[in-house]
Amino acid sequence: MRGGGWARSRILGLTLFAAAIFTFGLTVHSGYLLGMAVLIALHALVALGLGLLMGWAGQISLGHAGFYGLGAYASAILTTRFGLNPWLALVLGAVGTGLIAFAVGKPTLRLRGHYLAMGTLGLGLIIWTVFNQAATWTEGPSGIRDIPVLSLGGLALDNDQRFYWLIWPVVLVAVMLAGNLINSRMGRALRALGENEGAAAAAGVDVARAKLGVFTLSAVLASIAGSFYAHYVTFVNPSPFGFALSIQLMTMVVVGGEMTVWGPLVGAGVLTVLHQVLAISAQRIPAMEGLEVVAYGAVLVIFLLFRPQGLVAPLRRRGAPPRAAEPPAPRADEVVGEAS
Amino acid sequence: MHGPELLQYLITGLTQGAIYALVAAGFNLVYAATGIINFAQGEFVMLGGLLAVTFVAWHMPLAAAVLLPILVVMAVGAAVHWFAIRPLRRAHVVTLIMITIGVSVVLRGAARLIWGADSHPLPPFTPGDSIGLGGATVQPQSLWIVGVTAVAGVALALFFRRTLMGRAMVACALNSRAARLAGIRVDRMNMWAFAFAGGIGALAGSVLTPMTFTSYDVGTLLALKGFCAAVLGGIGNNMGAVLGGLILGVVESLGAGMFSGYKDAFAFVVLLLVLFLRPAGLLGVGLRRDDQ
Amino acid sequence: MYWSTSRVVVVVLVCLVGVALIASGCPKPPAPVVTPPIPPPTQPAVTPPSGEPIKVGAIFSVTGPGAPLGTPEKETVALVEKMVNDSGGINGRPLEIIVADDQSDENQALAAAKRLIDRDKVVVVVGPTISGTSLAIIKTFEDAKLPLVSCAASIKITQPVKEWVFSTAQPDTLAVARLMEYLKAKKISKIAVVFDSNAFGKSGMDVLEKQAPDSGVTIVAKESFGSKDTTVSSQLTKLKSAKPEAVICWGTNPGPAVVAKEMKQMKFDVPLFMSHGIANRKFIELAGDAANGVVFPAGKLLVAETLPASEPQKQVLLDYTKAFNDKYQKGPDTFGGHAWDAMQLTVQALKDAGTDPTKLRAAIEKTTKFVGVTGIFNLSATDHNGLTKDSFVMVTIKDGNWVLAE
Repeated sequence: MRGGGWARSRILGLTLFAAAIFTFGLTVHSGYLLGMAVLIALHALVALGLGLLMGWAGQISLGHAGFYGLGAYASAILTTRFGLNPWLALVLGAVGTGLIAFAVGKPTLRLRGHYLAMGTLGLGLIIWTVFNQAATWTEGPSGIRDIPVLSLGGLALDNDQRFYWLIWPVVLVAVMLAGNLINSRMGRALRALGENEGAAAAAGVDVARAKLGVFTLSAVLASIAGSFYAHYVTFVNPSPFGFALSIQLMTMVVVGGEMTVWGPLVGAGVLTVLHQVLAISAQRIPAMEGLEVVAYGAVLVIFLLFRPQGLVAPLRRRGAPPRAAEPPAPRADEVVGEAS
Repeated sequence: MHGPELLQYLITGLTQGAIYALVAAGFNLVYAATGIINFAQGEFVMLGGLLAVTFVAWHMPLAAAVLLPILVVMAVGAAVHWFAIRPLRRAHVVTLIMITIGVSVVLRGAARLIWGADSHPLPPFTPGDSIGLGGATVQPQSLWIVGVTAVAGVALALFFRRTLMGRAMVACALNSRAARLAGIRVDRMNMWAFAFAGGIGALAGSVLTPMTFTSYDVGTLLALKGFCAAVLGGIGNNMGAVLGGLILGVVESLGAGMFSGYKDAFAFVVLLLVLFLRPAGLLGVGLRRDDQ
Repeated sequence: MYWSTSRVVVVVLVCLVGVALIASGCPKPPAPVVTPPIPPPTQPAVTPPSGEPIKVGAIFSVTGPGAPLGTPEKETVALVEKMVNDSGGINGRPLEIIVADDQSDENQALAAAKRLIDRDKVVVVVGPTISGTSLAIIKTFEDAKLPLVSCAASIKITQPVKEWVFSTAQPDTLAVARLMEYLKAKKISKIAVVFDSNAFGKSGMDVLEKQAPDSGVTIVAKESFGSKDTTVSSQLTKLKSAKPEAVICWGTNPGPAVVAKEMKQMKFDVPLFMSHGIANRKFIELAGDAANGVVFPAGKLLVAETLPASEPQKQVLLDYTKAFNDKYQKGPDTFGGHAWDAMQLTVQALKDAGTDPTKLRAAIEKTTKFVGVTGIFNLSATDHNGLTKDSFVMVTIKDGNWVLAE
């Protein structure tokens, strides 16, 4: 019965989502709004993978901007230097990024604690330094331009509208696959992980392998999003792929809520819109100028204070502690003490 | 590489490393007490430097201009805990880390509004030329930096071993529930941890600024390096922070002398190597029970 | 009980942000809210502009790493807007400049560009401030077929020529050419280079390496530093051991000031040359004593007062300095100068060709002998920058002031 209910709500969710994509795409013709929608989609793809990692494997990553950048640079270099087909470049980039993530995840994910966070932090910054320094390949800080646009069946996806119709269906498929994953055997293992790593291990779940799998998957998703970014903007330089973006992506997941596939999507949308609202208000009223950055941070802090579980909280898990990953609910015991 | 050159790299590295050690100590204070990686630590350093610049501009004596920011930033640290961290004790550590990120964005944005986007200089604590040393040169300010770090390191060690408050903090870190049962006010101790982290950050900021300059956005990179130093030494371990900072500083300095382009990557390569080979850090992780 | 204090504070904060947002008319204020600027009736001789304002977009890095450059640019376009409207507007119509902050971030620049084009319906955009954001939005303007007049220096912006994209900043190839000329005259042939690892420094390094052999100059050592590095001692130690006749430092504040100070501390006494990246007061303030004696190629704005009367740019330079000083009580800098030129070029083209983007583009491209702050512009279909190395002079710092270097 539970399985049936889940499937029904999932189908409903996906249908509504698809309908929303179609309605927006058909009714909106403003390049600005479509452009924003594309940016949201790109970030949502990365956030989706990050959400799986955070919500279902209880790990955080501070280096996903690096994986996003690896995809972008792989596409940029392979297409402009070697004239590779953009789609092939996208796949190669994703495979390469996956291998790198695997290599870094394997040793760090064996450990308990937030070692993956530290490892990815280091990795992200190393990748960023390489983008800047390996000028023979990356052209350094001044970046690679004239990256070809993607084309589908002879149709060049060279404007916001066309790109919208590519990227949002991709997001839809990614959400669908993520949903499948959560419901699969591996998904159940991951959920067990989120709840109690020790119990999961005792029940025969290969904890390290499951974590490594989801981490690699999230890196691959980030790389694919990065490739799309490169072909959308047709220019890449290192600065968008720094530490700040890694943090922004994490923020999207936390704000959206990490226990459902929809949370990261909502987070990406809300934060991008918030950014724009603040930018527009700074443009309109001089007193707001410079304040928009402060306001962004303040909104984030206040939001987390009042809704730490994220906008899209999981329905079935209400009442359960948000997540009992390590360190094992350090504050819960004190709350009990305070209340009594 | 000749003797004097090597010496110069060492001097530069130790000075730089001392700063990293101070930043790392700030990370450790908060981490040991609460398990939070406080991403606003770099902003504490930035605030310390910029406040010192302002106080000097107000014609305060240099000593006051350097010491007063410590108190101010301690208050900022305490306020961060009281208003942004304490209300959320029930939440998961990741959420709290995200809150510190939000706080750092607010502090950075506010600093930009107050001090603008430009860099600001600060006069050295003691004027005078650099000192020759076996073919290398030492800036007087370097001696201040190393000295201040040494004093701060010893003071922290004494504080945790000898004072009631320090021991209470250790107790909170080891087992907050038991500490509470023993009558320690865990909340208040955590607030003090944030306050001290603010103070030590401000100290780092004001001794560093005469050597380099400061601006509203210096915090991020310093925080990242300081964090590396903390992990390298063993996160939560204060002696580890000093050792980690110094090693990182020297490695970077030598790296900068060889391939300067990848200098910043060295710190992070070291970080990855430590994680792969000796994840507890050189001296082992500090007080927190959760990571044992 | 423990909630009460924090809740009050939090609620107050929420209210503040909320009020700010509501005051901003978020999320979408109705379009006619924007009132056309009404010039004060200080100059009765001029008929105030009337009718539909001509909207010009501007994208500057008001925040983020590019902020020290973007801020004077933003101030400059506000100044130009007022000056144009005070003197009758553009063919009788008021000029309205809508400034967007790209936060020195490529994604924000993209968003700002699309917003200006699509929502605000501007006819031309001035900026962005820095090369990365400029390059990231080129495609947007090529697609929208709207002219973009960048204030960033990367040679990639205008070479090869992009139909809709112009730039008013001197590319570093010209600065290096000027510097090489000077080195040759001073018979300096062995140099060591230390450069900022950002786009400005890296690009400068590449150009130096390309141009050095032709001028008979050998680069005996080169090292880089990060824009936010706290020390450059190690790099300088390395350079010192290579025994160069001069050191060249290519970067933007604050790095070069650290280099100047530390070279002095290390008693590394060779002539120090820098780039136009330090052509602002801040460098002198930061480096203090160590700034004295530094020689660098710069736009003529720094030494406007001391230029001979025969210099065609002199009047423009003095006018800009005075106007900027009157409004902001501080001296202008060369980055603001790029914005001044971009704006004046655009205003001239708008006066000549009207607001049709195609005609406007053609008018900008046809601009010749345009005397600006940065230099004298001669644009053409094959050169969308139009400056020569004569737009640079060699300047040195003496007793904390700029003077022409002999």
